Amino acid sequence: MTQGVAMTQGMAMTNDNIITTDVVIVGAGPCGLFAVFELGLLDIKAHLVDILPKVGGQCAELYPEKPIYDIPGFPIVTGQGLVDNLVEQIKPFGPTFHLNQMIEALEPIGTADAPRFRVTTDAGTVFETKTVIVAAGGGSFQPKKPPIPGIDAYEGNSVFYAVRKMEAFRGRDILIVGGGDSALDWTLNLQPIARRVTLMHRRDDFRAAPHSVEQMRALVASGQMDMKLGQVTGLKGEGSALQAAICRDNAGETFEIACDTLLPFFGLTMKLGPIADWGLNLNENLIPADTEKFETSTPGIFAIGDINTYPGKLKLILSGFHEAALAAQKVHRYVYPDKRLTFQYTTSSTSLQKKLGVA
Amino acid sequence: MHVRVTDREGEQRELEALEGWRLMEIIRDWGLPIKAECGGACACATCHVYVAADWVDKLHPPREEELERLDEAFDVRPNSRLACQILFSPELDGLTVVLAPELD
Ligand SMILES: Cc1cc2nc3c(=O)[nH]c(=O)nc-3n(C[C@H](O)[C@H](O)[C@H](O)COP(=O)(O)OP(=O)(O)OC[C@H]3O[C@@H](n4cnc5c(N)ncnc54)[C@H](O)[C@@H]3O)c2cc1C
Ligand code: FES
Repeated sequence: MTQGVAMTQGMAMTNDNIITTDVVIVGAGPCGLFAVFELGLLDIKAHLVDILPKVGGQCAELYPEKPIYDIPGFPIVTGQGLVDNLVEQIKPFGPTFHLNQMIEALEPIGTADAPRFRVTTDAGTVFETKTVIVAAGGGSFQPKKPPIPGIDAYEGNSVFYAVRKMEAFRGRDILIVGGGDSALDWTLNLQPIARRVTLMHRRDDFRAAPHSVEQMRALVASGQMDMKLGQVTGLKGEGSALQAAICRDNAGETFEIACDTLLPFFGLTMKLGPIADWGLNLNENLIPADTEKFETSTPGIFAIGDINTYPGKLKLILSGFHEAALAAQKVHRYVYPDKRLTFQYTTSSTSLQKKLGVA
Repeated sequence: MHVRVTDREGEQRELEALEGWRLMEIIRDWGLPIKAECGGACACATCHVYVAADWVDKLHPPREEELERLDEAFDVRPNSRLACQILFSPELDGLTVVLAPELD
């Protein structure tokens, strides 16, 4: 298990009360993670929110095994390797992660001189914070929706792209589509409580964990579930109640699978999502920020990493790290308006080294 | 060198192609709607195209990584390929493809 995942396991989700804090970071990609470090050196504690169940953003989700060659000081490091190191590096600052939730609303409740914001997630977590750092990258990772004609009508009642409550699927006739870990995991989890589970994939090769595939094949062999090769091309039903999926096998023959529930798992895609409604200036889905402190048009809201834009912007991890350092300086002014900030090096400052737990 | 690309509305365009460029990059550079979210790292399957029948055998066969990624595409057919995995070379002059449906 990676460190990133391990850290999230013991995490307390405080949903009942409002969490009062100095900074909320939207997105736990590499830039959001490194912002924790830069803020931590200035005695500012951070809460990070990400819709994914793990930290690391694009590095962890899109290319965990691929090597990156342009991180200073690392001639070569994998996407996940970089994330693991970032998590290790920010440990002394004890950030709080709120994973599996999307920040939906961001509402100003302060003044321009003393900004404050109420930030709400779709899981009901509410923060009151002095500043917000938007490190949302290419947007929130959300499940891809297959372009099956009429699928929208069934969403929420018969078609689901994620499973939030397993109990909702008790006694159902479920068709799961896909060949990766999500498809296999939900097949195995739902099979005992569903009336019947059918797994459909376009080929007889699965890229999920081998033991899950073995377990699935054993259930098929003992007649406890079905596995079909093919792809869904259409849906049949009344209103939002699904009755069958129209499918095509690899020889082009059409057949139907009776089912009242369809769970398609086609991976994730990045979408800007609710950020568009936060009253920030947007330029082609990017947030303009100044290059002195990476503040947006709203005082107290910062934008770092892939989500921001300014003349000369390069979408590189390196740039996001630099932006995090500069944003942190201005965040300090909002959080400690009366404190003077003196510039210090980690190599020589005893006070910084104490914060890092090395002095 | 050229590549012929039919978009999702059925309109065919002939695009100038450069050797050493990926088919995805050529399509994207000419402004056709191909998402190519991962920039060619074979990580997103949003550069899915159908290759014209007479071209299928002239391309190098897909590697395992490409086949795995195609699992995340919709309406995959025997002539499905990921455009970022096709490197343009003079032998491909005239290659004809259709943009596959995009997942939302
Ligand atoms: C295949 C590939 C290879 C790459 N190679 C390199 C390379 O070699 N060198 C390099 O420098 N860069 C590379 N990049 C680019 C690099 O990955 C990005 O620059 C980097 O990930 C940006 O980091 P970020 O923290 O800004 O955003 P992301 O990594 O995009 O993270 C943003 C996070 O915010 C979350 N989020 C967004 N909105 C919300 C919301 N409303 N609520 C909750 N969570 C939200 C998302 O779910 C996501 O996890 C590569 C990218 C790809 C796809
Ligand atoms: S561009 Fe992402 S797989 Fe081709």
